[in-house]
Amino acid sequence: MQLRPVLTERDINRDLLRPVLATPIWFYILLGGLAIGVCAAIGGFAWAINHGTGVYGINRPVMWGFLLVNFVFWVGISHAGVMLSAILRLSNAEWRRPATRAAEVLTIFALGTAALHPLFHTGRPWRIYWSMPPGYDLGRGIWPDIRSPFVWDPTAISTYLTGTTLFVILLLIPDLAVLRDRSSGLMHKVYGFMSLGWKGNTRQWKLQIIAGFLLSALILPVFVSVHSIVSWDFAVQIAVEGWNATIFAPYFVIGAVHSGVAGVISVLALLRWMFRWENYIRDDHFDALARLMIVVATAWFYFFVIEFLLGIYPNEEPELSLRMLQVFEWPFSATFIIFVLMGYLVPVPLWLLKRVRTNVALMFWTTLMVNIGMWLERFIIIIPSLMRKQPLTFNWGSYNPSPIELILVGGSFCLVFLGVLTFSKFFPIIPLADAKEGVALETHVRVGKVMVPAAYREE
Amino acid sequence: MAVERKWGMAVDADKCTGCQACVVACQSENNIPINEPDHFLQRRAIQWIRIERYWEGEFPDVKARFVPMLCQHCENAPCESVCPVFATYHNNEGLNVQVYNRCIGTRFCANNDPWNVRFFNFWEPVWPETLRNQLNTDVTVRSRGIMEKCTFCIQRIRRTTRDAGMEGREVEDGDVVPACVQSCPTNALVFGDLNDASSQVAHLREDGRQYRILDHLGTEPSVHYLAKIDPYAASEGEHA
Repeated sequence: MQLRPVLTERDINRDLLRPVLATPIWFYILLGGLAIGVCAAIGGFAWAINHGTGVYGINRPVMWGFLLVNFVFWVGISHAGVMLSAILRLSNAEWRRPATRAAEVLTIFALGTAALHPLFHTGRPWRIYWSMPPGYDLGRGIWPDIRSPFVWDPTAISTYLTGTTLFVILLLIPDLAVLRDRSSGLMHKVYGFMSLGWKGNTRQWKLQIIAGFLLSALILPVFVSVHSIVSWDFAVQIAVEGWNATIFAPYFVIGAVHSGVAGVISVLALLRWMFRWENYIRDDHFDALARLMIVVATAWFYFFVIEFLLGIYPNEEPELSLRMLQVFEWPFSATFIIFVLMGYLVPVPLWLLKRVRTNVALMFWTTLMVNIGMWLERFIIIIPSLMRKQPLTFNWGSYNPSPIELILVGGSFCLVFLGVLTFSKFFPIIPLADAKEGVALETHVRVGKVMVPAAYREE
Repeated sequence: MAVERKWGMAVDADKCTGCQACVVACQSENNIPINEPDHFLQRRAIQWIRIERYWEGEFPDVKARFVPMLCQHCENAPCESVCPVFATYHNNEGLNVQVYNRCIGTRFCANNDPWNVRFFNFWEPVWPETLRNQLNTDVTVRSRGIMEKCTFCIQRIRRTTRDAGMEGREVEDGDVVPACVQSCPTNALVFGDLNDASSQVAHLREDGRQYRILDHLGTEPSVHYLAKIDPYAASEGEHA
């Protein structure tokens, strides 16, 4: 076991609540920068509404462009929250403690941002509520077409978003009570309301823990279904040779976990660096997360190879020409090489070395590479397949993203980080109660001549 | 009406000269905005029917092949099942219809359309001042942000059916003539009721040259093509 300073509960409260109770000036500068990015995206969207969908680079036959790529990317990132939080909670993994809430918060904001993309993408966004659960046009007796994946999508995403939000709020309650006792004025009232009268007695803890486990278990099927359904947006389309494959659902889910966990590691590295939380997000946490990444990345790579091989195996002309486009033709040749290198071939061998796994800066850069690679993966799946849908060569096309699309994509990144930062201003982004529990489980007391654990976990 | 109608078309590739009269007729009948060179360069031109041109053979022995391409009005249309809001559905006359004011512009149908015959209004449609008075009053002008496609000139089907009803007679084969069929100088296009065994289009469907484009997808298109007869063709069976 690694040597580390012994943390008292007072230390934990002081360190983890520091960003909430005393905010440094650079925080506001960063917030302002991100807000400018978000405003630019709002401006871009307003421009698109005002001028029409023509301001995007899409055309016939590439009717879905960067916005759909980015949508899939953010839904993918959002899968980290449950992957880390729920699975690791159910399996009682000790090293999950500092990572869980950051992962869940990243989930909420990534998913919320993803949910905005259909709005940017549709031709008449002011009518989009017709395809969304609370807005179905039942007043005029018109049901949505439940055969369409675009009806499944909003349903799955809103379920997942609701579930994750509940999960975060539930696990926040004890920490909110700590904040309630340390704040004054308006924030005291707000925290007091949100902590739902938490006193920290045994019954409350028991209920909170049971509810946490229940929500973890209930949310797992949703987590699998969300990205399966996002993959079916593509896989149900018989007209697009490159998409119409049954492997898409598991392939997308594992790809989502791959990019999501990588996203969480990047965010943890940033948090550790920004708030100087070396004693909480420790090197051994990165070590454990990187080991998880090796497994996930390899599973994903297996699916990628299988999907590709099954594509070329029937040796059919249309599919072959599509694969040639994806791999050998400019600019996809370049993106393909970058994607394979960044998505797997460079980071995973590096993670095999313990020196890299415990080096926070290297972990940050490698996980960032994974996400660049995974963004390109969605790009390579979505765009070339549309360019060569069918063997009717007269209709083959191409696609160039427009500046507005690039602004919206950039703005979506700003929005997610703005959300995570704002959250860390108002709530502790490393769970206090979890950190204390971890310390308590590691504490040993002397009884007579032997050292025994101070606490046992009820199994 | 005893049997429900199932409108369909037969396209004789042997008769098509690639003159594009059908394209122009469709354009003016259906209030399709004028496609400027820019629209073609952006690949956003709207042509409910278009002439696809394929080259066959190696230089210098090259032949141009023309395939008039329009919405295939599939029995089992892939574009219909992916629309979240029922903006496109199949009516009981075998038509794949588009409800403009229902469409929210997800463009899902356009992606799941193997023939690329669904068109998106990227911009608000505009006509030159001189053409303002040529718009067809029977056809909706589509606003931006929605999909549109060939309707088999549903306004002409409706008008003919109504007129026949007022005169107290049945609609007969050849009564309904879409704009493209009307304008075709070589009668390469034939329109009619596929359920009416005596109609010309039903006869052509039984022709030995009959084939359907991308038939292997199982969408049951209502547009039947008749293969090109080319005694000098080097290879056989290459049609599209």
